[in-house]
Amino acid sequence: MEFREATLENGLEIVAECNPRAYSTCLAYFVRTGARDETDEISGVSHFLEHMVFKGTPNRTADDINRELDEIGAHSNAFTSEERTVYYACVLPEYQDHATELLSDLMRPSLRENDFDIEKKVILEEIYKYEDSPPFGAHEKCMAAHFGPHPLGRNILGTVKSVDGLTQSAMQAYFDERYSPGNITLVAVGRVDFERLVAKAKQLCGHWETFHAHRQATAAKPQRSFQVITKPSAVQQYVIQIAPGPSGDEHTRYAARVLAVILGDDSGSRFYWDLVETGLAECAAIGTYEFQAAGIFMTFLCCEPDQASDNLRRIHEIIQAVQQDGVTQAELTQAQNKISAQIILASERSSNRLFSVGTTWTQRHEYLTVNESVDAFRSVTLADIAASLQKYPLLDHTTVAVGPLEELADPVN
Amino acid sequence: MTQTILTHELKNGLALVAEPMDWLESVAFSILLPAGCSRDPIDRAGLSNFACEMVQRGAGDRNSRQWVEALENLGVDRASGVSNVHTSFAGAMPSANILEVLPIYTDLLRQPLLPTVQLEEAYHVCLQEVHAVEDDPAQKVMLKVRSQHYADPWGRSSHGTEKTLANITIDDIRCQFDQSYRPNGSILSVAGKLDWPVLCDCVEDLLGDWEPLIPTDIKEVSPPKNYLHVPHESSQTQIAVAYDSVPYRDPEYFQARGAVGVLSDGMSSRLFTEVRERRGLCYTVFATMHSLSDRGAVFCYAGTSTDRAQETLDVMIAELTRLAEGINQDELERLKARIKSGLIMQQESSRTRSGSIAADWYFLGCVRTLDEIGRIIDGLSCESINAHLSQHPPQNFSIVTLGERELEVPVGIS
Repeated sequence: MEFREATLENGLEIVAECNPRAYSTCLAYFVRTGARDETDEISGVSHFLEHMVFKGTPNRTADDINRELDEIGAHSNAFTSEERTVYYACVLPEYQDHATELLSDLMRPSLRENDFDIEKKVILEEIYKYEDSPPFGAHEKCMAAHFGPHPLGRNILGTVKSVDGLTQSAMQAYFDERYSPGNITLVAVGRVDFERLVAKAKQLCGHWETFHAHRQATAAKPQRSFQVITKPSAVQQYVIQIAPGPSGDEHTRYAARVLAVILGDDSGSRFYWDLVETGLAECAAIGTYEFQAAGIFMTFLCCEPDQASDNLRRIHEIIQAVQQDGVTQAELTQAQNKISAQIILASERSSNRLFSVGTTWTQRHEYLTVNESVDAFRSVTLADIAASLQKYPLLDHTTVAVGPLEELADPVN
Repeated sequence: MTQTILTHELKNGLALVAEPMDWLESVAFSILLPAGCSRDPIDRAGLSNFACEMVQRGAGDRNSRQWVEALENLGVDRASGVSNVHTSFAGAMPSANILEVLPIYTDLLRQPLLPTVQLEEAYHVCLQEVHAVEDDPAQKVMLKVRSQHYADPWGRSSHGTEKTLANITIDDIRCQFDQSYRPNGSILSVAGKLDWPVLCDCVEDLLGDWEPLIPTDIKEVSPPKNYLHVPHESSQTQIAVAYDSVPYRDPEYFQARGAVGVLSDGMSSRLFTEVRERRGLCYTVFATMHSLSDRGAVFCYAGTSTDRAQETLDVMIAELTRLAEGINQDELERLKARIKSGLIMQQESSRTRSGSIAADWYFLGCVRTLDEIGRIIDGLSCESINAHLSQHPPQNFSIVTLGERELEVPVGIS
C-alpha cells in the first residue's frame, strides 16, 4: 500500500492509494462545491449539475457516456453534499485508462438546453420522492432551522421552486465559477498505475483553464428552536435534533464520534438499550457530521406518535446524564473495538476506501492509512470525551418533528 | 480468479460451506435456518420475525446486554433477517475473532433464553417495523406486488400485521424455536481469512450433537395475480409490476438473468434509457430477478408524480413487452462486462462472498465458483437469450399502484 500525490500546473491535484493486491481500480473526481456554495436563487444547482454532467460533452452524447460506462463494466455514480460533488467509477484494472479518459471528459460537460429541460423533470421527481419518504423532509428542515441564514442550512436538492426556476445559463455561470482545476482532485484507490494516471490526467486535463474558486467558510451561528410540523397522513412520528459539534479540522472530532457511538449507535448504545431494545422507538440514533468550519451532532428518533413526548424526554435524560457523569471506560473500550473493526472491514473494498481517502484529502489535505485511522480512535480517552462534552454540550440543540402530532412537549422547558 | 470452495456436511444435516480469502484481514459468516415466514400460521403471521427478535435477547449464560456486548467487543458487525424460507444471522469481523464468535452464536441457535419478561418489548419492536412500512411507499408497493404475484405463503411479508402479532404468545415463540431452529436444512457459510481444519473441528464441537427434526409440509393458496390499487396520500404514484421467470436452479436461469440485465443493469439499460433518460419520467426505475427454490419472478419498480404515472406504466409495459422481440449483441457485450467486473470485485468482500455461497448451497446443493459463473457468462449468446425469451416472454403481469389515483392497465394484462 503506497500513497502518491501529484499536482498539474493548472492546480489539479491527483492523489492515490495504490494497492497492488486489490481486484479493482476506483477513480473519482472530487469537486469542492456543493449546496453551501450556492445562493437561494440557484439552490439545488450543484446537484442538478451533477446530473447534467452525465448528459453529454463536446465529444460524447448522453447515450455514448452511459454505453461506454457499461462497456467497461464500470460501477459508477455520483453524489452531491453540502461541500462536495463526487463522480466515481470502479473498474477492473485493465480499464484504468479508459475510465480516466471518460471521467475526465465528463468534467467538461456541454450542458445542452434540451438535456437540461428533460433532466429538470428527473430532479423534480427526486424531490417529490424524498417528500413522500420518511422522515418527510425533517432532516432538511432541521438543518435549515439550525444553521439559519448560514449556507450549510441550504437544501442539497433545492426546492421545487428554485429548481423549476433554474436556467441553463445560470447553471453554466455556476460551473464557470466552481469547476476550476484548482478546485478539483482526482482520487484513485486500489490497483492503480500512478505514473500512467498522472500522464493521462496531464494529457486530458492539463489544458483546463485555472481561475479562482472561492468558498466563504464562515463559522455558523446556530440558533435553538423547537418546531412541530403536522403531517396527518404519516403513521410514525419523526424527530430530528441538531446540536453543534466539531468541524472537520478539529481533533475533537474523534472523541465526538466515539461519544456518538456510545450514546446512539444502532446497537449496544445507551439509546439502543433504553429506547430501541425496549420497543419504545423504531429507531433512536445519533451521529456526527463534519464540515469546513462547522460540525453537528444529529439525533434521529422514529416512533409511534403517542410515545414521542416520552421518548424525547428519555433522550433528554440520557444526554443530561452523560453531560453530568461522562461515559465509562467499558463503554469507551466497546465503542473503540466496534469502530476499529468497522474501519478495517470497510477498507477491504476499494470503493469504500475511495471515499475515505478522497474526503480526508479534500477536507484536510491529509492522508491516513487504515491503521492510522484506527489508532486515532483507539487513542481517545475519557478526558477527551469529557472535553468534547464541555465544548459541545449536546443539550444545546434545534428540534424539528414531523408526523401526525399537532404538538409535542419540549423536554427542555 | 483462484478460488477454493470447501464443504463439510455434519451428520445431523447441517452444511458447512467455506471460501478461504487469504488476502483479506476479515472473515464473515452467514447462518441460514429453515425458519422462514412461509411457515408462520396465518393467524400469527410475523411469528418467525418475532422469534428472530426474541432469540437475540440473551442466550446461554449471557443476558441480552451481555450477549450484545460480547459480540461488539469482538468487533462483529451483525445482521439478522427473515425471508420466506429462512431466518438468517450474519456477522463480519477481524479474522482472529471467529473462533470466539461462533460459540456465542451457537448459544443463540441452541439455548436462547427467550425471556418472557421481554415478550412485550419484542412485540413493540415488531409492531414498529409494521408501522415503518406504512410510511415507506416504495417498500410497501414492492411487498404488495409480491403477495399479488406469488402463491401464499411465498408472497408474504415477514412482518405480519398488528392483529396477527397481538395473537403471538411466548409458547408460540418457544414452539417456533423448537420446530424451526434445527440443523437439517440449515447452512453455515464462512468466507474470508480462515483455517479450514480448525473451523471444521470448531463447528463439529459446537453443533455436531445438535438434534435434527422433521419439517412440516407447506400448503399453497393461489395468488390474485391482478391489478391492485392502494390509495395513498402522496406526491408520487408508486408502480410495481411482476411477471413469471425461472428459478436460480433452472438451466436457463442465466438466460433469464441476461434478459433482465438488458432491461435494468447499468446506465445504458432499456428501462433507465426509455423511462428516465429519454422522457424524464422518474428518478428511480428498475427490474430485478427474484428466486425461490422452485419458481422465480421479475419485479419492476418506478415512482413518479401522479399526473405522469399512466405514461410511466405504459412505457414500462411497452419495454417489458418489447423484450420478447429479443436483445442485440451490443447489449449482451455490455451486460457481460458489467456482470464479470461485479464478480471479480466480490473478492474484495468476505461478507458478500459469505452470503453468496450460502445462497448457492441453498438453491443448488453446491457452490459455483466465480470461475464457473464467469464461464457461464462468457457462454451466453443472443441466440440462447432470445430463445429463452420466446419461450418465456414477459406477460401475465401482476400490477400494484400506490398513490392518489388508480391507473388504467393494458387490456389482457391482468
